[in-house]
Amino acid sequence: MARIVGIDLGTTNSLIAYMDGDRPRIIPGPQGQRKLPSIVAFTDNGPIVGEPAKAYFARDPSSTVYSVKRFMGKSLADVTEELKYFPYRLHEKNGVIRIEIGNKAYSPPQISAMILKELKRWAEEFFKEEITKAVITVPAYFNDSQRQATKDAGLIAGLDVVRIVNEPTAASLAYGLQEKTQGIIAVYDLGGGTFDISLLKLKDGIFEVLATNGNTHLGGDDIDQRITDVLLKDIQAQTGFKVDDHVDFLQTVRLEAERVKVRLSDELRTTARIELPEGHGVFTREWTREELETLVSDLIDKTLAPCRLALEDAGLHATEIDEVILVGGSTRMPLVQRKVEELFEKRPHCELNPDEVVALGAAVQAGILSGTTKDMLLLDVTPLSLGIETMGGVMSTLIRRNTTIPTSAKEMFTTYVDGQTSVDIHILQGERELARDNRSLARFQLKVPPLPAGVPRIEVTFLIDANGILHVTAQDIRTGQAQSIQVKPSHGLTDEEVETMIRESFQFAAEDIKARQLIEARNEANAIIRATEKALARGGELVATEEQITIRKALDDLRRVVQTDDHRAIRTKISEVENLTHHLAEVLMDATLKEALESKKLSEVL
Amino acid sequence: MCWHCQSEVTGEYLCGRCIKVQPLSKDLDYFTCMKLPRRLNIDLTQLETTFYELSRAFHPDFFSQKDETEKSISLGNSALLNTAYRTLKDPIRRAEYLVRLEAGAAKDIRANPPADLFEEILELQEDLEEFDALSPESDQERMEALRTKLEEDRRTLEQRLAQLDAALFRKFDEWDALQETEVVTDDIQTKKQRILQELREILSNRTYVRNILADVVQRLS
Repeated sequence: MARIVGIDLGTTNSLIAYMDGDRPRIIPGPQGQRKLPSIVAFTDNGPIVGEPAKAYFARDPSSTVYSVKRFMGKSLADVTEELKYFPYRLHEKNGVIRIEIGNKAYSPPQISAMILKELKRWAEEFFKEEITKAVITVPAYFNDSQRQATKDAGLIAGLDVVRIVNEPTAASLAYGLQEKTQGIIAVYDLGGGTFDISLLKLKDGIFEVLATNGNTHLGGDDIDQRITDVLLKDIQAQTGFKVDDHVDFLQTVRLEAERVKVRLSDELRTTARIELPEGHGVFTREWTREELETLVSDLIDKTLAPCRLALEDAGLHATEIDEVILVGGSTRMPLVQRKVEELFEKRPHCELNPDEVVALGAAVQAGILSGTTKDMLLLDVTPLSLGIETMGGVMSTLIRRNTTIPTSAKEMFTTYVDGQTSVDIHILQGERELARDNRSLARFQLKVPPLPAGVPRIEVTFLIDANGILHVTAQDIRTGQAQSIQVKPSHGLTDEEVETMIRESFQFAAEDIKARQLIEARNEANAIIRATEKALARGGELVATEEQITIRKALDDLRRVVQTDDHRAIRTKISEVENLTHHLAEVLMDATLKEALESKKLSEVL
Repeated sequence: MCWHCQSEVTGEYLCGRCIKVQPLSKDLDYFTCMKLPRRLNIDLTQLETTFYELSRAFHPDFFSQKDETEKSISLGNSALLNTAYRTLKDPIRRAEYLVRLEAGAAKDIRANPPADLFEEILELQEDLEEFDALSPESDQERMEALRTKLEEDRRTLEQRLAQLDAALFRKFDEWDALQETEVVTDDIQTKKQRILQELREILSNRTYVRNILADVVQRLS
């Protein structure tokens, strides 16, 4: 039977895991890395993913896509808030966002598919076998369009997505397996771009989700943005440097903002240090943890309302929660941990790595689906109410939020006019009264035999499967005949589009393997050339002149061979440069360490 | 008869011969599905145990490697099971379901308020309308007065809701007592019909009071 892997397709990082007997484990990348930055860069040599793309990012931000998860299953109108953070050029086609890179346009599922393909490749190298099946996680609060988009991304990457699992519930599986927890638990999941809260009852291997809530526009990215805004304002005030004209520089500031945030989780104070372009010098700014906490306190407070709603839906009081689990990189912030502790009146758990626990849980779910992990069963819920638009633009709810899935609801339809031959149905998801305030999922037309008004009786079944994805079927009650329905998603790729994308993606994969190896070798070579030049510029004088000359010669050789089509020759030269630069790297590392230690002493004195 | 091997000897959920999962009957009522007597006070622990047990038998997670027919049966059974559990777990939904099961469907949403609350609710509706029409700047005084009045109405409605719940739960006991009797006489049948009628009355009053209470709470917040 084909192996099923578990994938956490994250806003910032993505991970892949598998079940090793009865324990989930992370599948490392070729360099031993445990996570893949969810970044895709479109270079002249084709797309690159992960760390190399992150490196490319500062050089050419307009060809680099990050946080694409924020755009999954969305239309342009949904992301106006987001857009000010992103340097992308976007347009919309058939209700789906397209990201313009050069003269091409990519849908978010296509970009996500590139990330998935890279992870798939890691697993294939690891197992030395083809991987075709995966469990992929999504934020619990993802709506139908966002789930469908994730499934499409899997398809385009050549993966049969056997299950979409909610991230907090996946995390609970990993915890439940390892800690053998029983009772009521709360999973507080603050990731890069989304927030989820899930309340579960764990009993004898059954993981029953009681309620879930969240915010799909809230995460670590927003915290970074706050810091970035302050930095930009101060840079302009302090140095007069106009940031607006330098899109590339904006990304440098963003990356430093993220580092400041991360450092302040462990330290009480730190310094942001940014080299300004075009000889404007170096900008530095002191940050204290206290200042950061005041700056983002309201963002963290925004997570508390969904927590309270979930408690209310589950009919629970905060003190009835036995354990609280923290998931997602942003929960490393002491402020987050304090606020969670205040709300639930207990110290939250964070024994498992909050970055890895979701992927590990996805692997556990993969084990359940393949039948190797027995005794465990996850009973999840649909996060949002599902309904249809009725007369006067009001939403009539058919399936309430927090209903255990799979679930179905039936609705009878008839006609209002004699001889009417069709009924238009508009499917919605959300909690608001009016149809227009909710998410439009799809529209379809019910075919009705021409009869006097009120005589036709068509029963429509709305079924939400275990992935949280909607299926619609209809039956003519008078004739007993089933009717096939063509549902047109309001914000999704059509089946034809997905098929074309799969074909394109396969064409790419089916391209001569050699060509691909060549592209990869070239990318790696270029990265190494850049890194070595930078190292020589920074610390060349720290090593002997002969050593510098040897390195430069090897670099020239590498530059020459990169122009050829021989990937083996490129690889040979790459390792030559690598061997020759070991010493230089060490010397540089020592110097950096020394510098860091000295600056620390300095700060202690101050 | 088993859909797969056409064997007559089918087990409870799986065919005794070919061990393929069997679809639950569309006519299966939730009480039978959950192995519970048709009572209004039920053993919630037993309900949960049965729910978990049947989930282990039907959940699509255990059928992901099976053929399409089995997958679709598992999906249908699970959906039915989840609905049955949700309906029986909540006492109000349970009562509404039982009334529908025993006495047939009736549109429960009433257009008129309960008779004993008629006057009060009419006044309350007027107050709500006036409250909506006021502007916070110019009619501050009137607004505060109305707010105080609405707060009072809110308390009255909450009390009323509690009374209805108490009345409802008394009917639960009456119904269950009748279900205990072994010989079903005409007299018992008549009594049952009367209780069902009363249940329906209480439930629809309850829905009405709850909706208008939600309206008041929304205005006040």
